[in-house]
Amino acid sequence: MLKAETVSGTPTYFSGPYIVEAENLLKKFGNLVAVNGISFRVATGECFGILGPNGAGKTTTIRMVYAFSPMSGGSLRVFGLDISRDWRRIKSRIGVCQQENSLDPDLTVLQNLEVFARYFDVPKKEARQKAMELLDFIALSHRSNATVTELSGGMMRRLVMARSLINHPDLLILDEPTTGLDPQSRHQMWARLEELRGRGISILLTTHYMEEASRLCDRLIIIDHGLILVEGKPEELIQKHVGRNVIEIAGPTNELRSFIQSRQFLYEDLGHRLIIYCEDRGELYQRITRDFCKGGCVMRSATLEDVFLKLTGRELRE
Amino acid sequence: MTERLQVRISRRFLRVWQRNLKVYGKSWKISFIPPFLEPLFYLIAFGVGLSGLVGNLPYQGSEISYVSFIAPALIGVSIMYNAFFETTYASFVRMYYQKTFDAMLATPLSLEEVITGEIIWGATKSLIAAAIMLVVIGFFGLIRFPEGLLLLPLAVLGGIAFGSIGMFFTGIVANIEMFNLPVFLFVTPMFLFSGTFFPLENLPPWAQQFALVFPLTHLTNLARAFSFGRVDLSLLWETGYLLLFSFVFFPLAILKMHRRLIK
Repeated sequence: MLKAETVSGTPTYFSGPYIVEAENLLKKFGNLVAVNGISFRVATGECFGILGPNGAGKTTTIRMVYAFSPMSGGSLRVFGLDISRDWRRIKSRIGVCQQENSLDPDLTVLQNLEVFARYFDVPKKEARQKAMELLDFIALSHRSNATVTELSGGMMRRLVMARSLINHPDLLILDEPTTGLDPQSRHQMWARLEELRGRGISILLTTHYMEEASRLCDRLIIIDHGLILVEGKPEELIQKHVGRNVIEIAGPTNELRSFIQSRQFLYEDLGHRLIIYCEDRGELYQRITRDFCKGGCVMRSATLEDVFLKLTGRELRE
Repeated sequence: MTERLQVRISRRFLRVWQRNLKVYGKSWKISFIPPFLEPLFYLIAFGVGLSGLVGNLPYQGSEISYVSFIAPALIGVSIMYNAFFETTYASFVRMYYQKTFDAMLATPLSLEEVITGEIIWGATKSLIAAAIMLVVIGFFGLIRFPEGLLLLPLAVLGGIAFGSIGMFFTGIVANIEMFNLPVFLFVTPMFLFSGTFFPLENLPPWAQQFALVFPLTHLTNLARAFSFGRVDLSLLWETGYLLLFSFVFFPLAILKMHRRLIK
């Protein structure tokens, strides 16, 4: 296993309070406003999540942060530097895992890391050493001479992560790092990210897996239609927007509906399903199961997914 | 545009070039075969098969064999093909299917450096092909040395010219099949009507004038002059045309790729 000094590499240069500062960030594609003047700050050393349904503006936002897309308006500072002027210095200190697989199929696993290191001007010898360490870190040392196309989806994603660490980044940007992975690979990825966070690397990630965001993110924003809906710590957002527990009733009767309405609970009626958000510790659940439904009624802890669905709605986004 | 280009192009474009060289190095034994065998096939087909029918032909006041007429043109055509096909099909695959450019753009490289690296790589492929053909054709005594060595810098210049226009097409085609259009309407006519396989003088005057638009016409003229050791000042304008062509299409290629990739 790798020591902290070798993965986070040279000591972090940046010691300011905020590693990313976005103010009124705007992105337009013709008439379409993809990001509509959002402001957020990522504190140094934290893991910050950008959540949102498809097309909400997550990828567009982070592409501006790693200087891939020019902004249409607003201001953006990374490491305290202006992105439109110091883009090259900023990019040299960021590691990026893009959503689409951009590994080089013409090269082997090891060559992928070494060639990428060259883009950052990492000297050859150092690049080889760093590449070997990273392969160890992602448990791919035994496949270092395989071509990329021989790897499984999970291995490829781990290799993309290793590649993004080749330049000792101070900030790691991940665009949906676990989309399409099996549960084993996903947990493996989370464990690695937690390890990196423990070493002080700041992380900015997008996801639409709420479990992932709850587990990894210190703070997050939920965005939709290019606007920030909420910002905060995962637990606080749950507490604030949906409360402690959720009772879900399949096929609710009209008697139950009038009972709920009379009690002024926070609830959502989906027709075939009724969802009650509450602080209840069991009394209400017992009352409902006893008086209003025979089966198909469950109580569970509220999750970030409840917050997400409540705020962004349940319509399909395609 | 020029001011921005200066800021955004540094010698880092060599990193992109190095990446392509590394991939090429993995299969160089196979990559070497076409430029080695191609001139042999042509020389046999045209030299043995066709020259009996054609005989000698006049070139700038003297009689030359048909084989020595087409041999330099084969190098010119190869310079065109290597750069053009590299920055069209091969670059398109890297850009569109392999997302190689996207990955590069998440590093300190700028788009301008990525495109420059690709075009210079295309020119490098032209140079490699020209060097191999120079050896093979030179072996048959069809090239005069040391003047023939000027074919090497010519390969770089021609490679940049054809690599740039190839990259320009890569910036505008909707999909990879659409390269058939520039290949059929631009490359193939040039291959046939640039004074490659017969002297331009055999064409009607209007067609001769039109052929001067083709960069391959000038590349072929230069290749022939260098092969025969006839280096004089009249070659400056041929060289100037290739330079001008590069100066137009290099920035145009960057502009179109910028529109295509930076969103």
